[in-house]
Amino acid sequence: MNADFTAEELEFQKEVQDFLKAEFPQDIKHKVDNGISLEKDDFIRWQKILHKKGWVAPNWPVEHGGTGWTATQKYIFAMEMGLYGAMAPVAFGVNMVAPVIYSFGNEEQKKRFLPDILASNVWWCQGYSEPNSGSDLASLKTTAVRDGDHYVVNGTKTWTTLGQYADWIFCLVRTDSTVKKQEGISFLLIDMNTPGIKVSPIYLIDGEPEVNEVHFDNVRVPAENLVGEENQGWTYAKVLLTHERTNIAQVPNSKLKLRKLRERAAQTPDGFGGNLLEDSVFARKLAEVEIQVLALEYAELRTLAAVSVGKAPGPESSILKIVGTEATQFIDELFMEVACYHSIAHVPEQFTEIFDGEKVGVGSLAASSNTYFNNRKKSIYGGTNEIQKNIISKAVLGL
Amino acid sequence: MDFSYSEEQQMLQDSVQKFVYSQYDFDTRKKVIGSDKGFSDEYWSLFAELGWLTVPFREEDGGFGGSAVDLMVMMEEFGKGMVVEPFLPTTVISGGLIGDLGNAQQKETLLASIMDGSLQLATAYAEADSRYNLASVGTTARKDGDGYLINGDKVLVLNGPAADKILVVARTSGDKLDREGVSVFIVDGATSGLSRRVYTAVDGHRAAEVHLKGVRVSAEALLGEEGNALAALERAVDRATLAVCAEAVGAMGCLLKKTVEYTKTRKQFGVAIGTFQALQHRMSEMFIECELARSIVIMAAMKLDSSATDAEKAKAVAAAKSRIGRAMRKVGQESVQLHGGIAVTNELDVGHYFKRVTTIENLFGNTDYHTLRFMAL
Repeated sequence: MNADFTAEELEFQKEVQDFLKAEFPQDIKHKVDNGISLEKDDFIRWQKILHKKGWVAPNWPVEHGGTGWTATQKYIFAMEMGLYGAMAPVAFGVNMVAPVIYSFGNEEQKKRFLPDILASNVWWCQGYSEPNSGSDLASLKTTAVRDGDHYVVNGTKTWTTLGQYADWIFCLVRTDSTVKKQEGISFLLIDMNTPGIKVSPIYLIDGEPEVNEVHFDNVRVPAENLVGEENQGWTYAKVLLTHERTNIAQVPNSKLKLRKLRERAAQTPDGFGGNLLEDSVFARKLAEVEIQVLALEYAELRTLAAVSVGKAPGPESSILKIVGTEATQFIDELFMEVACYHSIAHVPEQFTEIFDGEKVGVGSLAASSNTYFNNRKKSIYGGTNEIQKNIISKAVLGL
Repeated sequence: MDFSYSEEQQMLQDSVQKFVYSQYDFDTRKKVIGSDKGFSDEYWSLFAELGWLTVPFREEDGGFGGSAVDLMVMMEEFGKGMVVEPFLPTTVISGGLIGDLGNAQQKETLLASIMDGSLQLATAYAEADSRYNLASVGTTARKDGDGYLINGDKVLVLNGPAADKILVVARTSGDKLDREGVSVFIVDGATSGLSRRVYTAVDGHRAAEVHLKGVRVSAEALLGEEGNALAALERAVDRATLAVCAEAVGAMGCLLKKTVEYTKTRKQFGVAIGTFQALQHRMSEMFIECELARSIVIMAAMKLDSSATDAEKAKAVAAAKSRIGRAMRKVGQESVQLHGGIAVTNELDVGHYFKRVTTIENLFGNTDYHTLRFMAL
């Protein structure tokens, strides 16, 4: 058993650090450090820089543009990116639809879609959930009916994150309603510019239009956009969901937040002449979540080690989802506690680039409760934490 | 032993309940918080007309009686409607301070205007680095001729934007954390040197950061004895704390009811999700939290109305805020989780109740603060 980095790995770590320092745009870094909201262009600009370096998709097979890194290198890369505050590539293209395309798509589809995902030329969004199909995703009702060399799609998808930016959407659609619900689902790629698609924003609890409903009204989709076989979509989706869950522990992000939290607590007066880090009740809660993230990190490393010797990420990744999201949410609670009165203001305009008025609160603390509210979504999306517990009960414990 | 409401309290509850039910539905509230002012003048006049603005005041001051149980009855109903009209800052905190500290003339000119709805007030006590310690006052008021000169910055001044007058807590002597030397001044909102950075809070209420640069006030602006206002400020804030605890009981009751209803109708896997035992137990726990919250707020209200000492009363309020703080976090988070994505949107009222109870957690001392205060008292 050995968790030390080799000399080569340490060298790689240095290379990643140097690259980030040199190439992560200063203006984006400024936004990230100060809690200013990022624009679509910020993501694209950064991904194109990563692409130039060949580092967009560490998890892809080398022949499609992957890096060929070991599990340890991937871990180092993700950790350094997270600790530096550099955004990971937007997941919908690189981590979600691409693995389905390179695993189950035909050669034509691989050629057509993968290079544009890698180069950030096309923004993808996800069409899975529906208003009445959340945890029970397989009950989805959006239909795709074959008509000559097209499918005609009708229905509504919801919770489509950043769908307002998207060029393409990957959808689960019902192609057979006479069989068991999981067996009549297909995986379809749809150009968002196709006539009959309407995107309507959903304003989240913090007032931001982060997600959308996407309505399909007799949308004609070329049959060549079907991935794999008709009615096999559920199998493909399950693979995708497993990929979604491996990235969900968010250890680097939590570590960065914990570092900032510790710094901020040390600078925050406790109202009685000391600072908040000297407050034993607060300090204890902070230490407890740091310990939890440490345990989570090693749980993730063990999963990665298993994957690197060829095992598929199994139901154990449910642990990462549950513990990772709860740790993030608890860190958000602590930020709100540090912010105290400053957490109560709702001043999103002061976290935009163009704001030049008088700010409320200290640093980005006035955003802390909105962050806390918004991140309640984390224990809901990607399969609720209750669904993850069902998976553990059934698939791991055999109950 | 008797936990039933008096006839008058029952009437008060019925009247607030009727208002919330018939005139303060979620869509109406949305319009109110989206308006320029952030609350409704029309409703404020109605509150005055119905006599609600007299509830926090003693009979000898022209009020309804000033009992904490009356306040609790009213605030619970306000909690159900998430009422944003500035009842708390104008009547409970500012009115409470004037009732407690004011001389005959101050009471006569101000209390009647509060109760008839013509005067809006705010109390500026919190500062950027004071956290919840009311004795931590960096704002200074120095003798200047026959008046005072006030300098300092205040945060989270509830109802700050609409307040005609602001009660400013300032230090007339001593060091920043001293209990002695804290005074309260009644400052007209239009006084030169006073400026406000107004904003909307996450729960839709309005507040301001108030800056005081060389604000000159006359000796008559002093409320109560110079340097001796801290105990009264603590009493006023404790009463407001009791009020928001009662409001939280109302809000949590709605969250529980809505969550139970939702899980009975929301179907996944072919059945209502409320049939899953894992979720049933969580709603049972929410119910237990709601009941304990109600119990402890009743305890605190009765203590405030008793002949107990100031310290005993403060300890009761600390216990209530600490326990209800835990309840709010659990009930708030669980309501959102059991509703799923829809509760993380601005469309559904559940998210708004969640924002309000979270704000209440952070107002007047959070859970840890009041737990430690309970230990110390």
